[in-house]
Amino acid sequence: MKDKLKNIFKGGLGQLTIPIIAILLLIIFNLIRDPSFFRITVELNNDGNKVLAGNLISIINAASELAILAMGMTLVTAASGGQDISVGAMAAIAGSAFVKVLKSGGSINGLLVIVAFLVAVLVAMLFGAFNGTLVSVFKIQPMIATLILFTCGRSIAYWINGGATPTVDSGIVKAIGGFIPGCPIPTPVIIVIAMAVIFTLVFHFTSLELFTQSVGINGSAARLNGINATWIKLLSFIILGACVAVAGTIGVSRLGLINHETLLLDVEMDTILAVAIGGNSLGGGKFKMAGSILGAYVIHILTVTLYAMKVPSTDVKAYKAIVIIILVVIGSPVIKKWFAKTVARIKNNKSKVPVKGAQ
Amino acid sequence: MAEHCLLEMRNINKLFPGVKALSNVDFTLREGEIHALMGENGAGKSTLIKVLTGVYQDDGGEIRVDGQKIAIRSPQDAQNNGISTVYQEITLCPNLSVAENMFIGRDKNALVHKKQREKRANELLNELGIPARGSQMLGNCSLAVQQMVAIARAVDLNCKVLILDEPTSSLDDKEVNVLFGLMRDLKARGVGIIFVTHFLEQVYEVCDRITVLRNGELVGEYLTEELPQVQLVAKMIGKDLDELSSFGEVEEKHFSDEDIFYDAKKLSSSAALPFNFTIHKGEVNGFTGLLGSGRSESVRAIFGADKVNGGNVTINGKKVKITKPIDAMKNGIGYLAEDRKRDGIIADLSVRENIILALQVMKGFFRPISRSEAESFADEYIKVLNIKTASRETPIGSLSGGNQQKVILARWLLTHPDYLILDEPTRGIDVGTKLEIQKLVLKLAEDGVAVTFISSEIEEMLRTCSRLIVMRDRHIVGELTGSDLNQAQVMKTIAGGEADEG
Amino acid sequence: MKKKLGSLLLAGTLCVSLLFSACTGGGATPATDPGTSGGGDTPAVAAAGAIKVGVVNNPPSESGYREANVKDMEAVFSADNGYELKTFYSLKNDEQLQAAQGFITEGVDYLLVSAAETTGWDEVLKNAQEAGVKVYLFDRMIDVDESLYEAAVVSDMSAEGDLAVDWLLSQNLPEYNVIHIQGAMGSDAQIGRTGALDAQFASGKMNKVVQQTATWDEAEAKKIVESVINSGDSFNVIYAENDGMAKGAVAALDEHGITHGVGKDVIVMGFDCNKWALRELLAQNWNYDGQCSPFQAQVISDLIQGKTTASSKKIINEEKGFDATTITQADIDTYGLGE
Repeated sequence: MKDKLKNIFKGGLGQLTIPIIAILLLIIFNLIRDPSFFRITVELNNDGNKVLAGNLISIINAASELAILAMGMTLVTAASGGQDISVGAMAAIAGSAFVKVLKSGGSINGLLVIVAFLVAVLVAMLFGAFNGTLVSVFKIQPMIATLILFTCGRSIAYWINGGATPTVDSGIVKAIGGFIPGCPIPTPVIIVIAMAVIFTLVFHFTSLELFTQSVGINGSAARLNGINATWIKLLSFIILGACVAVAGTIGVSRLGLINHETLLLDVEMDTILAVAIGGNSLGGGKFKMAGSILGAYVIHILTVTLYAMKVPSTDVKAYKAIVIIILVVIGSPVIKKWFAKTVARIKNNKSKVPVKGAQ
Repeated sequence: MAEHCLLEMRNINKLFPGVKALSNVDFTLREGEIHALMGENGAGKSTLIKVLTGVYQDDGGEIRVDGQKIAIRSPQDAQNNGISTVYQEITLCPNLSVAENMFIGRDKNALVHKKQREKRANELLNELGIPARGSQMLGNCSLAVQQMVAIARAVDLNCKVLILDEPTSSLDDKEVNVLFGLMRDLKARGVGIIFVTHFLEQVYEVCDRITVLRNGELVGEYLTEELPQVQLVAKMIGKDLDELSSFGEVEEKHFSDEDIFYDAKKLSSSAALPFNFTIHKGEVNGFTGLLGSGRSESVRAIFGADKVNGGNVTINGKKVKITKPIDAMKNGIGYLAEDRKRDGIIADLSVRENIILALQVMKGFFRPISRSEAESFADEYIKVLNIKTASRETPIGSLSGGNQQKVILARWLLTHPDYLILDEPTRGIDVGTKLEIQKLVLKLAEDGVAVTFISSEIEEMLRTCSRLIVMRDRHIVGELTGSDLNQAQVMKTIAGGEADEG
Repeated sequence: MKKKLGSLLLAGTLCVSLLFSACTGGGATPATDPGTSGGGDTPAVAAAGAIKVGVVNNPPSESGYREANVKDMEAVFSADNGYELKTFYSLKNDEQLQAAQGFITEGVDYLLVSAAETTGWDEVLKNAQEAGVKVYLFDRMIDVDESLYEAAVVSDMSAEGDLAVDWLLSQNLPEYNVIHIQGAMGSDAQIGRTGALDAQFASGKMNKVVQQTATWDEAEAKKIVESVINSGDSFNVIYAENDGMAKGAVAALDEHGITHGVGKDVIVMGFDCNKWALRELLAQNWNYDGQCSPFQAQVISDLIQGKTTASSKKIINEEKGFDATTITQADIDTYGLGE
């Protein structure tokens, strides 16, 4: 047991160091800037529910889509050694499909919402399979393969609902994107937790983690050990598709509106960044999903902090870029090595004296 | 002192997290000598070399060149002090000319006349007797010449100490001889050469002194003529030689047709021509032949590693179809691939994960081996095979070659195969582990496992196999058993003196 | 076998995606076959009964505005109204130029252009003039000499902003604390809708609580408002430069229990007049919605048929602004975009 704990601190924190330190620094920075930044209050919203409110809630709420996408992207990155840049466009497709089904029936009831969600998941998984086939069967570089959907995905989304921005007015949809009556925690946050639990269970009850890492680290060896590398890569894209559908559904449900042009716009880059900030190698191989999830929250703490500082949102991207460059550079192998060396040197200098004395 | 000491390393220590890689190692190199640095994998050879060349920093000790105490903080420091290294893998650019390779990055001014540079290169090449011209494209030269160009480059850096790290592993005998000529020439010029190799014969052919390391400690420094080969091996592995000789000849076994485990007729793949092959339960056979003779390709076809084109395969008398590795695995076949780095290890994963991988694949995607089960499997095999690793969670990539190989072996043993194919399991690993693997093969056979064993060292195969299949030019050209199993007969069959076709 | 299946799959998917892009790229492609044109010099009004009109526009997928614009064109220049309509939709200027040239060669009577870019049109419009094809610009101006077109029916974005801000001033609030959510910076709509408000900020009549761009993104708008609420600053007006962003802002208000609409804590203003947004007005959840009118077809049609004459080359389309207290269902049906 003690051994296990030790391992968690030794092995586990290793990769998570950067995102955790980043989060801590941002928290400290905000506390100094404005001690009330993280104040959480209970408010009565316009639907008459008591809900939690405050910057902290805003952060974990707003990061939900990104966190879910980062989970799927982690798998794709690990298995294929590349990234899917079409997640934003695919989310628009999934979201459009979701709304299309909702608007097809007369009144929106729970069953219809479930059907709509399943259709969205199915559609996104099909498009994921399309990307995955290009990557795993035709050996096209992931970024190039997903460039196709990146380019035309939002047009496809447009085609599903036509050009307008259709809206759905339904308590159930509102509950998915906002709050379930009687529950003070934003539903998207609950969905993120549910997704994390699902992934944990999947990792526990299947060999997905081992096989994905094996394929990503050494595809040739994995194949000679009987792993179907093609299938594993394809699977990772299909799983990402499911994640995209969930994220897309949340995105649509937040406002009960689908705008195919702006839904999760530019989210692909943030997703890839979240994976990178989480300490995962973008070249594939070993991965830690928790890192990517933390990465997503880092990005959103940053965004919300900048908004709270009233930084013009035109400049927000530039500031974000600066902080992210710093994070990524700190996490780079060169700096890590240098850091390890320095630590070792300091340790040595300390230990040298007593060793000599003892001998 | 009669001899002038070029290089003295005293009390060198090097610590890695959890391991003491070098402890108080001494090493002395004299002017004009070729000095072999010997030891098993993990003995500390490469660490010592890396300390000397500035890749690692020592954690205590002193280094003197020409009696001057120096500090080596980077490869550049090493070079400035006249220490040059030529590595096993050629680190030059094949798409540049020989002359460019020799002087690249070292021209004082960027614009040096091409002709002038080639002239200088030719002079040096002539002087050293290297059969190459400065204007040649390096990639067009043989590996040996490329190796020598690398040495010429090092020599032109005014080096006093030349380190050759496994320079002969990719060369044939003739090329090795040319290289040795060059080494002797350099020796005559007073250069001190540190020679790191696995080939014992070569040590005795060219070296003046031998320094042996074991487990990061100095065993001793010997004059070559005073240390018989057998004793050298004993010093390297730290065991008595009786053990080595204890398993001499393989007793001949007779198998009946009922014992046939695997039988293939006209099996072929994208890489192997059609061939017939049979192996019995408890039999150890070998495929031999020169590199490129098709021995690896044939066993890969058995395992379904390459695309199988045709053939009839029966296992235990039942017809089976093996087109991909998982089919073979489900039929009880295991395959340890020739290229450990490329096809064997999953470098970033832990020893535990590497050990359970094949078994996990066989159990299937939806039936993962639990953590505690995996840990006990890993612990068991780490103990049984005596795998040297800091823990079962250590990434396999950080283990020494021999221990990596043991992990891969453990991976296949864990699947309890009926038929295990080992392609070059002993390549690039130390003598001690080699012996352990050979013993393991014989023990497996005793337990009724069929084993195919491939090795470049015929000696090793003769020691373990009861039947040898000889291949030449992608065809089976002979099958040797019983009294034919001797070095001379194998050589003859490989060379095609009196090969009986089929 | 497997590979074959894979390539079939790929080919199939590519076909489908091409189909999609065709749908969105150009609803109808112009017949550029020069053989069919019967001499461009003779105006063909007399020959064929219908008036031939070629429309070069941006694709309806560009925005809800464009979709309404395209639909309006198709409705007004219909066969029932005595027109023969040819259309071409693209976001690319060079494709638009080619199509326009194609229409001229085909011998249309009128060429209607909403250009992707303001430059590069001289030659084509000169060709049109030589061929006797009359040109009308709609929605967007082009950098050419006035003599090359009959009239330009365009929106005045700043008038739209003025209209909205005038309405806001007419509310006579004791204090104006405005959250201003901007569209994509530099776009015509953003510049027009921002200008009037900026003037108020500068004069000190209104207080700028925050001015941020959400680049038309609803979710971003919600985040901006949320951050203001979390910081505790007080505000009583949300001025969002399109309906989607207004909806995002309102979602943030709802979650924090802040009331909005007619007679409530916060005034909500949007633009574009989507039907769903106008319904929010009708329900008095929002207060104001402005529109840059996408309906230019009738004006042009009247000009073509001589029902009206243009007093100047530049005709400013009438802009609309709806107040929640006066809007009717009929307004929604007539002016609302989308469904």
